[in-house]
Amino acid sequence: MRTAISPLVVKQPRTLKDALRMLRDDGPLTPLAGCTDVYVGLNFGTLRDARFLNIWGLDDLRGIDVRGDVLRIGALTTHAEIVRSVLVRRRLPMLAAACREVGAVQIQNRGTLGGNIANGSPAGDSLPVLAAAEAFVELRSAEWTRTVPFGEFYTGYRKSVMRPDELITAVEIPRVEGAQWFRKVGTRAAQSISKVVMAAVRASRPRIALGSVAPTVVRARSTEEALAAGGAIEEAQRLLQDEISPIDDIRSTEAYRRFVAANLLMQFWTDTAPRGRARPGVNRRTR
Amino acid sequence: MTPAFRPIAFVLNGRRVAVRVHPLKRLLDVLREDCRLTGTKEGCGEGECGACTVIVDGKAVNSCLVPVAQAAGTRVTTIEGLHGRHRLQAAFAELGGAQCGICTPGMILAASTLGPKPTLDEVRTGLAGNICRCTGYEGIYRAIKAANKARGARREARGEGREARGTARARTAARRRRP
Ligand SMILES: Cc1cc2nc3c(=O)[nH]c(=O)nc-3n(C[C@H](O)[C@H](O)[C@H](O)COP(=O)(O)OP(=O)(O)OC[C@H]3O[C@@H](n4cnc5c(N)ncnc54)[C@H](O)[C@@H]3O)c2cc1C
Ligand code: FES
Ligand code: FES
Repeated sequence: MRTAISPLVVKQPRTLKDALRMLRDDGPLTPLAGCTDVYVGLNFGTLRDARFLNIWGLDDLRGIDVRGDVLRIGALTTHAEIVRSVLVRRRLPMLAAACREVGAVQIQNRGTLGGNIANGSPAGDSLPVLAAAEAFVELRSAEWTRTVPFGEFYTGYRKSVMRPDELITAVEIPRVEGAQWFRKVGTRAAQSISKVVMAAVRASRPRIALGSVAPTVVRARSTEEALAAGGAIEEAQRLLQDEISPIDDIRSTEAYRRFVAANLLMQFWTDTAPRGRARPGVNRRTR
Repeated sequence: MTPAFRPIAFVLNGRRVAVRVHPLKRLLDVLREDCRLTGTKEGCGEGECGACTVIVDGKAVNSCLVPVAQAAGTRVTTIEGLHGRHRLQAAFAELGGAQCGICTPGMILAASTLGPKPTLDEVRTGLAGNICRCTGYEGIYRAIKAANKARGARREARGEGREARGTARARTAARRRRP
């Protein structure tokens, strides 16, 4: 471990209330959930934070249930728990599909949905799903609870409206009508960060969201509108190019990402076509 | 000068242990340095390779990404907890599942969490987070398949008198598959 741990401090709250009080009175503190992002940073000396808040033991933040017509997933729910959840598989199969593609088993057993959101990487695999599902993020501080539409959560590259004295406590997802679709394109099946990731819903007004093609997850609204108005898929593919701003980096190039994004849009549109081979639920991934 | 740390207690390979270490020390380092169990290996230190895999409360995790504070109150199993007697260990040794051996403890522990009769696909997915630079994986898959067959056979055996045949068949099959 490149970061010397002796100067590091960690607070160990027993309850959510304790945790929120510590964030208010002793902050700033970096929450530790499954640590699959934080410990990579610590092990490589790239994370400068020195004061931490261990929230892993806060069981109030775990679990999946349905309240009214809303699917509620606690922030500490792991990717593995989401993959196995019958409620998620039935109501939001594209999220189960996304979590199945996160890292490998060991990462899925530890990494959490709240951590994926808070970490805010543009390549986070759950993020396009939450954008396409029009989810809400529940944030709590010692003083308040507020609910932010997922589309308003990020304000820039790894920046969000979450305050340092807040925790993500849950994600709420209203019922999604229409066929759900998810596809991640990476270097290999496991452990690879997305080059392009897309989640989409085929309804009278389609919803399309992409990751790894801009500083934050992107909702392709003009593309959606064109398709809703009965526009040709080729036209939608052209519009999509103006809604994304991919870059060249170690994982891929701008040109390749643009090409893949266009192909994914086409694949979504044919896979979910109302007649012919359309199936309910989420597409099966082909490797 | 070492600051006084509060003890962190967990069950390690069936025995209760308590360590006085920095709560953010990696479980990997606590196992190797404080508990003196060096069967758990470090490959990458970033969650990619699975060499540091241990089982925490029944789930395979990368111990390089777990602060020991988060192991408090859990049951941790390392390769030493299998005492060299697990059917997977025998099969790995016999069928070329291990060469240099660095990935082997993690590989065997990850494999031990797969269901009773995993398909090749389930084995591949279940072990996708365990990287091996020696075997090319075929020996590993072969060993896991043979170990599960042997287990199935033993199961049958306990119930009925078909044991001998089942086990013998599994053994011959395993032998035939050896490179
Ligand atoms: C080998 C490897 C492969 C990976 N593969 C993928 C992949 O394929 N796809 C993918 O999307 N990700 C991947 N990741 C990244 C990571 O596993 C996920 O982002 C995971 O969901 C993070 O969750 P965590 O609980 O481990 O977060 P942590 O590391 O504990 O925290 C991450 C950040 O979020 C903050 N945080 C955590 N929980 C909360 C909360 N409730 N409220 C406020 N802030 C919070 C932390 O302070 C920290 O800043 C991979 C990581 C590794 C090491
Ligand atoms: S050392 Fe932990 S995953 Fe490689
Ligand atoms: S046997 Fe050498 S890395 Fe697997």
